[in-house]
Parts: sequence; structure tokens; C-alpha cells
Amino acid sequence: MSIVKSVTCPVCGCLCDDIELTIADGAVVQVKNGCAMCEAKFFSHNNEHRSTTPLMRKDGELVPVSYDEAIQKSAEILANATYPILYGWSSTDCEAQRIGVALAEEVGGVLDNTAVVCHGPSILGVQDVGIPTCTLGQVRHRADLIIYWGCDPWSAHPRHLERYTSFTDGRFEGSEWKSYINKVKAAAGKKKLRSLERKGILKERHPRVAPSVHDNKPPEILNKKGRKLIVVDVRKSMTAEIADYFLQVEYGKDYELIQTVRALVKDQELDVEKVAGVPVEYIQQLVDSMTSCEFGVIFFGMGLTQSAGKFRNIDVAISLVRDLNMRTKFAILPMRGHFNVTGANTVFTWQSGYPYGIDFSMGYPRYNPGETTVVDILMREESDAGLVIASDPVSNFPRRAAEHLVKNPLIVIDPHMNATSLVGDIVFPVSIVGIEKAGTAYRMDHVPLPLKKVVDPPKGLLSDEEILNRILNEVRKIKLKNLEVA
Amino acid sequence: MVQEKLNLILLTGRTIEQGVGKESGKGTQEYFQSTTMVYMDETDMNKLELRNNDHVLLSTEEGSVVLRAVRHPRGAMPGLVYIPYGPWANAICSTKTTSIGMPSFKGTPVEVQPALNQPILTLKELLRKEFGR
Repeated sequence: MSIVKSVTCPVCGCLCDDIELTIADGAVVQVKNGCAMCEAKFFSHNNEHRSTTPLMRKDGELVPVSYDEAIQKSAEILANATYPILYGWSSTDCEAQRIGVALAEEVGGVLDNTAVVCHGPSILGVQDVGIPTCTLGQVRHRADLIIYWGCDPWSAHPRHLERYTSFTDGRFEGSEWKSYINKVKAAAGKKKLRSLERKGILKERHPRVAPSVHDNKPPEILNKKGRKLIVVDVRKSMTAEIADYFLQVEYGKDYELIQTVRALVKDQELDVEKVAGVPVEYIQQLVDSMTSCEFGVIFFGMGLTQSAGKFRNIDVAISLVRDLNMRTKFAILPMRGHFNVTGANTVFTWQSGYPYGIDFSMGYPRYNPGETTVVDILMREESDAGLVIASDPVSNFPRRAAEHLVKNPLIVIDPHMNATSLVGDIVFPVSIVGIEKAGTAYRMDHVPLPLKKVVDPPKGLLSDEEILNRILNEVRKIKLKNLEVA
Repeated sequence: MVQEKLNLILLTGRTIEQGVGKESGKGTQEYFQSTTMVYMDETDMNKLELRNNDHVLLSTEEGSVVLRAVRHPRGAMPGLVYIPYGPWANAICSTKTTSIGMPSFKGTPVEVQPALNQPILTLKELLRKEFGR
């Protein structure tokens, strides 16, 4: 039995690098410091859903084949396709992503990563207006106002609060953990009372009523000293529950609300009483806490990028931060989902000039979101083959888009069986990056961190990097042969 | 007043249970349980006379799917339904990318009606129905 310390967790964009693993008989048996998702991932390396042999679809059924056969067939599919899609990339290391760019260029395909259905609109917003940002270390040590807008870190980035924002002891700002504990205790007390009332032990004093979008007045606590946590969302998420103030915006009206905040930051007067379902005087209090803080940070997520307005929401959110910087110090950061989606954008950009949705069909990189992005290509039914690596578009794309992906030859590279590998034509099992293979990943604030190899992969399993390299070599051979024949 | 069906807005997103499920493996029971449910506001559930864990049929322009209705545990969100990301949510999500590559994962109009006797398809059944594989 051995203990490995300071392991980087390959799950979400937080890339927590303080995980402690206990290894026994070549398997992870204990995970310390991690969240629920981290634990599930580290234990998943030897569960029954792991794929261990390459599979190929023959007569409608997936049957085991050798790596050589699967690689040869994949290379033939990609080399002979006129407009293949190479999609995924966000849950693998930068080393594999780099080869992905070379492969996409070689086969004249479209290279896209999961940012397209995640923070693609954020990238468009940033390309429009720039971004005043910082690293998470700055937030941890200095930020006294944290705003989560349209995101729910408690569910999607469980240790974000604990490591980088409200519940961490920074050099200049303390943790608000105690006030949270008090809040939890109060809520537990109320729950106990209600339970006693239900059981008839206590005489029922408060008949149960369905909750409503009540008058959401900002509490006194917004005037307190120390770190403040504000959540803006359309529903009361887990993070909203623990926030000092939860501002409930009507669905699809984030744009209006942000523009209103901008107007108030600039001391303009409004002749309406409510915007996006929120009374203007409450918005004024939000603005007061923004302008009176020493260093504020806005984190935003899918609530802005996937709702009506999409990249325009990001555009105005960044503009708001720019306005706020005339009054105090403010920064804004996207809550990136996959552990290395930031790496995918970074690698693609330094290799081709563009972060996602890159079309190599003309022989040089072209980027036009809406045209060269994968969902649009699938909806126009233009692609004639697909390679999916480290992602699951059949689960995560709207069904009609996934339909065209499945209709054509589909190569899947993933350590686990998922919806895409179940309907794929060639399925490659691989070692898991960050558990069975070392590599590099970028945290959501663009800080590159090393991923460790802590256990050996199942015997004979190749890594993403090796498989891609071998496919690339085979593709080059086929292309050379075709040239000679011509 | 009891109604037969409601026209609501569909949001899809993350939950911690779905996150744990996807990391454990998409074939796991955890993943199935966490992605085949739909959070609804209590008042909307009352309008349809639904109890927790009753099955509902959700239909959009893109198709329809049967899921388990669960009362949203915190606060109110009248007019909205929330399905965790997964193949079931995406069976009915809008494909409109508004020319920027991003489908409308939040904001598809959806019709919700009770479907007490209809079963929820497993992942393999769903893939067979949608893709014939």
C-alpha cells in the first residue's frame, strides 16, 4: 500500500491539485480531499464499465478486434473522407490535443472541442470586447465580493468555493465557513421543527405552503465586513441556498438585468420599477455592494451562455466589469467545465490561430462559428465521418445533431463505455489521463498544471496520444500511396 | 385548477448527482437515476395533480420523452422545468444554434402532461429508438 500526495484531479476546470490517493494492488482504494465527482472518477479506473479491448462494428454488432486492425480501419475512414469531424478533446491532455490538430490538418477535417456547447459564446464575447481577468490565486487572497452569475459551483465545481472563493482563508481575506455553518444549523433546526409538527408532536403552527418567487429583499448582511457571496440565477440552486444574497432573475432576461446594473453603476436614473422581475431598488443595493467592494469577481456559467442572448450576455457582463473598474477593482472569469477544455482552446489557438470550430478543408485553418462549428455541420448533414475523443456527443448534443454523426462512420476513443461508444463503429479503449497517464492540463484561469500517473493502465492499453499518433502515421502512409497512384 | 397539460420552458443543466453518475460511468444506475428526472415547481405539479416520482411526458418540436417528475427542493421556479444534462434531456432539446454554434440547451418551449403508466426508457432502449443501434 502506498500513498501519493498532491495529485491533480482530472474532473472539472478547478483542477484541484491537493488530492491524496491510497494505492493498493495497483488500484486506488482511498481518495482524500476530493469532492464526490473526484472520488467517482478515481474509483472508475477499475469498474465494470471500463472498455478494455478495441471493438469494431461488423454485421451490426460490436466485436473485439486488435489495435492494429482498428487503427488501420480508422486511418482509412479518415483519409478517404471529404469532410470528417474531429470532436471532443476536453478530457484529455494537451499532448494528445496537439496531435489532434496535426491529424485534422492532414485529413482536411473540422476540429472542434466541447467548448462549442459550453463556453463557446464566452470566447465570442471575449473576442468582441476583451476580458479583464485574473488567476484564482488572486481571488483566493484578495476578493471580498464573489458573484456567481448563472452558474452553480456547488453542483458542477464542488470545491470551487472551498479552494478559491468564499470558504478559503486567503492572505488578506478570511473564510466565511463559520457563517455558513450557522446558516446550516438554523436550517436544520427549522427542518426538525417542521418534522415534529408533521408527526403531531408539536401543534402545527405553520401549515405548509408552496414556495413562491417571493419578494427577494437584499438582507442586512450585504453591509457586513468580510467576503460576501451573491448568486444570480433563474432558480434557487445549491449555491444560491448558501449565498448571502440570492437574486432570482426571470428566465432569458439576464441581458436586461446586466444592462440595468451597468446603467446604475454609471449613476443613471431609471423610470421603471422592475427589471427582469427584480425591483430596481434591490438592483441598486447590488450595485452598491459592487461599487463599495475592494476587489470583486464575477464568475459566470451556462446560465448566460446557453440562455437567450448567448454571447451577447457575455459581451455585456464583460462590459459591466469594465465599467466597474472605473469605480473599484473587478475581474470576471468563466466557470470552465471539463478539466482541460481551457487546454483544448489554448492548444488549438497556438497551433492554428483559433480556439474551436476550426475548418481545415481548404488546406488552411478557417474559423466561422455558426458555419464551421460541429452542431451546425451536423444539422446541415455535411460531414461524412467522425472521430470523437474524450467526450460523449450522443449524450450531450441535441438528438437530431447526433443522428447525422451516427449515420456516418464513427470512431470513438474513450476509456469508458458511453452512449457514443455504444452506437460507434470503431471503439478504442484507452488509459485514463491523470490516473494512468501523465500529461498537462490547463485550469479554468489558464494556469497549466501537471497530471500524474498513479496506477498502471490495464495490460496492453494505449494512451490517447499513442493511438492518435499511430492513426496519423497510417493516414500519412495512405495519402502518400494515393499520391503515388495518381 | 387541475389541468391536463402545461406549456412550460425547458432548462437543462448540471446536478451533483449527474456529475457523480457521469464520472462513475454512463452505464451505471446512478447516472440513469440522476438523468431521467425532471425538476418541477410545486405549483406546476399541483396543477397537473402530480406527486413526487410520478412519470410525465415532455414534448417539444424535437420529440418527446418520459421522465420522473421531482419537486424542486429549493425555492420556486414557476413556469420552468429543469432536466439534468444527458441523452434523455437532449432527446427534446432545441437544435437552434442562432448561427453561433451553441444549441439552445436552456429555453426550449415544452408541453408537460402526466404519463403515469408510460415507462422510462433505459439508455440502450433510448439509443435503439433514436438511432436504431
